[in-house]
Amino acid sequence: MSSAADALFWHRFQFGFTVTYHYLFPQLTMGLALLIVVFKRAALRGDDRAGDAARFWGRIFGINFAIGVVTGIPLEFQFGTNWSRFSQFAGGVIGTTLAMEGVFAFFLESTFLGLFLFGEKRLGPRGHFAAALALFFGSWLSGYFIIASNAFMQYPVGYAVGANGRLELSSFWSFLFNPWALWEYAHNMSASVVTAAFAVAGVGAYWTLSGEHRETAAINLKVGVIAGLVASVLQIFPTGDAQGKLLAQAQPATLAAMEGAFKSEPRAPIAIIGQPDVEHHRLENPIYVPAILSFLAYGHFSAPVRGLDDIPRDEWPDNIELLYYAYHVMVGLGSLFVALLAIAAFLLWRTSLTRTRWALWALMLAVPFPYIATTAGWLTAELGRQPWLVHGLMRTSAGTSPLVSAGDTLFTTLGFSGLYLVLGILFLFLVGREIARGPRAQGGHE
Amino acid sequence: MIALWYANIAAMLAVYVVLDGFDFGAGIVHLFVARTDAERRQVLAAIGPVWDGNEVWLIAAGGTLFFAFPGAYAAAFSGFYLPLMLVLWLLILRGTSIEFRSHLANPLWRPFWDAVFALASLFLAVVLGAALGNVLRGVGLDGTGSFSTPLFSNLRPGQRPGVLDWYTLGVGVFTAASLAAHGLGYLRWKTSGAVQQRCARAAAALWTLVAILFVVGTVATARVRPELFSSIAARPWSWPFVLIAVSGLVAAPIAHRRGAELAAFLGSAAFLAGTLAATAAGLYPVLLPSAIDPGFSVDAEASATGEHGLAVGVVWWTSAIVLAIAYFAYLFRSLRGKVAEPEAREGY
Repeated sequence: MSSAADALFWHRFQFGFTVTYHYLFPQLTMGLALLIVVFKRAALRGDDRAGDAARFWGRIFGINFAIGVVTGIPLEFQFGTNWSRFSQFAGGVIGTTLAMEGVFAFFLESTFLGLFLFGEKRLGPRGHFAAALALFFGSWLSGYFIIASNAFMQYPVGYAVGANGRLELSSFWSFLFNPWALWEYAHNMSASVVTAAFAVAGVGAYWTLSGEHRETAAINLKVGVIAGLVASVLQIFPTGDAQGKLLAQAQPATLAAMEGAFKSEPRAPIAIIGQPDVEHHRLENPIYVPAILSFLAYGHFSAPVRGLDDIPRDEWPDNIELLYYAYHVMVGLGSLFVALLAIAAFLLWRTSLTRTRWALWALMLAVPFPYIATTAGWLTAELGRQPWLVHGLMRTSAGTSPLVSAGDTLFTTLGFSGLYLVLGILFLFLVGREIARGPRAQGGHE
Repeated sequence: MIALWYANIAAMLAVYVVLDGFDFGAGIVHLFVARTDAERRQVLAAIGPVWDGNEVWLIAAGGTLFFAFPGAYAAAFSGFYLPLMLVLWLLILRGTSIEFRSHLANPLWRPFWDAVFALASLFLAVVLGAALGNVLRGVGLDGTGSFSTPLFSNLRPGQRPGVLDWYTLGVGVFTAASLAAHGLGYLRWKTSGAVQQRCARAAAALWTLVAILFVVGTVATARVRPELFSSIAARPWSWPFVLIAVSGLVAAPIAHRRGAELAAFLGSAAFLAGTLAATAAGLYPVLLPSAIDPGFSVDAEASATGEHGLAVGVVWWTSAIVLAIAYFAYLFRSLRGKVAEPEAREGY
C-alpha cells in the first residue's frame, strides 16, 4: 500500500470507528427523550408509576447523554483534522448545518438537561414536564441538522461551485429541506425510538422476571412494546421503502451493490439470502423472489433495474461484500423486531405478557439488537455512498488531510480505542448499577 | 460581510473563554479551595448545571468557523492534528470526571475523578492558551494552504516552530493563571462558607501573578508579533477593547479586596474578553498567520465561503444567538444565589 492509500484507510477507519461508537449513545438519547415525555405526561395526569419510570429513565438518560456529548466533540473536530480537503471543498455548505446544530440544538439541550436532571423540585411538575419537552425538542433538532449534513453528502442539492472551485450555498432552503434528508431523518428517528423502546421494554422484562418493581416494570413493558411496534413498522414502511426508491434514482450503483444485483434486468428478483462473489460478478447460493426488487425500487414489477455490470467499475462501492451483508443484517433484524413486538403487543392486549416468561426473556435479550441494526443501517448508508465523499462531486480519496500521516492517524485511533473502552466499561457499570437499584432509588447521585 | 463573520467568531470565542473559563478555573483550583467531599460537591454544584452549556460555545464557534471560513478551519485543524487530539482526549476525561464523580460514594472513586478533573482542566488551559500563542506567533504555512507542526522543535519561535516553544508555553501558563483567577472569582461569588473564604484569600495572590504575567506576555508578544500592536494603534475602534481589558485587570483585584464578589467576577470576565477582542482586532483580517512569509497567511477574504451562505447565515445565526442568550439568562437566573454546603446533596 502506498502511504497515501495507507493514510486514507486509517482516516476512514478512525472516522468510522469514532462516529459509530458515538452514535451508540445518541440513538438511545433521542428515542428515550420521546418516551420520557410520554412517561412525564402520564405522571402529570396522576400516574405515580409513570413518574417513577420517568425519574429512572432520566438517570439513564443523564449517563448516556454525558458519554454522547464527550464522544461527539471529536467528530466536529475530525472534519478539519482528518478531512481538511473535504472541509475546504464542502465546508461552506455542510458547515452551515453543523454550525446550526451547535447554535440551535446544543444550547437548548445543554440548558435544559441540568434543569431536567436536578430541577424536579425547583421547577414543579409542569415546569419539569416543559424541561423534558425542551430536551426532546433539542435532541431531535440536533438529529435533523446532522442528517441534513449527511444527506448533502449523499444527494447534494442547493449548492453552486464557486470561483475558487469550492462548494457554496446557492439555495439555503433546498439545502436544508433536501428531500433525501426528510426521509433519512424519518427513518433514523424511528430507528432511535426502536432502540429506546427495546431498552425500556427490556428493563421492564428484567424486573418482571426477577420479581422486582412489578408496577413500574409493567408500565415500562407497556410503553416499550407499543412505541417499539409503531416505530418498527414505520421503519419498514413508509420510511425504509421511500429511501429505497430514492436510492434507485440517485444512487443506482449503491442499490445494485446492496442487493447483489450484477445484471441489469426487468422483473428483477430480490435475493433473500446469498453471498456476493464480486470477482465473478454473481451471487452465490441465492434464494430469489422474482420481480420484487423491480417493484420495491420503482413501484411496478416489470421495471428494469440497473445492475452493477452496466455501471463503470470506478463508480462501484469499494466494499460490496460488507455493504451487502450490512444491508441484509439491517433488513433481517428490522423484520424480526416487527414480529417479536407484534407478539408482545398481542400478549399485552390479552394482559398475559407479564406471565409469559419466554416472551419476557426474548424482550430482555433483544436489547442489544436494535444497536446492531442501526449500526448496520449506517454502514449501509456510508459504504453505499463510496467511492464518493460528496456523491458525484468529490471522491473519498480526495478528501483527506494531505499532511496527516497514516502513523499519526493510527496512533490517535489507538488512543481513542483505549479511551472509549474505558468509557464503555464505565457506562455499563453505572447503568447496570441503576437498573439493579431500581426505579425508586433516591437521586442520581448518592 | 466577511468582517462581520470575523467579529462573530471572535465574539463567540471570547464568550467561550469567559464562560467555560470559570469552570476550567474552578477545576484548576478545586483541590485547594475545597478539601472535604461536601466542599467538592459544593464546587461541582456551582458549575455542574452550566459547564456543558459553556462548552457548547466552543463547539458552536468551531462550527461557525467551519461554515464561514472553511479554508481556515481546514488549514488550522489539520495543521494542529496531534495537539487537537490531545485537547479532545482531555475534554473527554474532563467531562467524564464532572458527570460521573458523584455517582459512587467510594473513598477511591471520588478522589480519583477529582484529580482527573483538576489535571484535565489545568492541561487544557495550558494547551488552549498555547493554541492562542500559536495563532499569535504564526505557523509554518508555506503557500500550499496546509501545514504540519511538530509538537516542539527547539522551543524557539522561528520560521519552523513547534506547537510548544517558550512563547506559546508562556501564553499557556498565563492562560492557566488567568482562568484560575477567574474561577476563584466565580466560586467566591457562587459559594459560601469555607470554600468562599479560601477563594477570597487565594484571589489576591493569584491576581498579582496574573498582572505580572500579563505585562511579560505583552512584551513577549510585541517581540514575536510587533504588527499586532501597530494594527491596534492604527485602529481607533479597537482601543475600547484594550481599555476594557486593562480596567478589568485593575478592577478585579480591587473588588476582591473590598469583598465586592460579583464585581470581581465581572472584572475578570472583562479582562479575558477585552484581551481576546483586542487580540482579534489586531490580527484582523488574518485568521492564521504564517511564520515563514506574511504572504502565506490564511486571511478571512481568501478562506471565506460564498456571499449567499454568509448572508443567510446572518439571519439564522443572529436568531440562534438571541435564543442562546435567553436560555443562558434563564438558566443563570434559575440558579441564582449561592450554593451552600447542605444544598449540594441534591444533584452533583
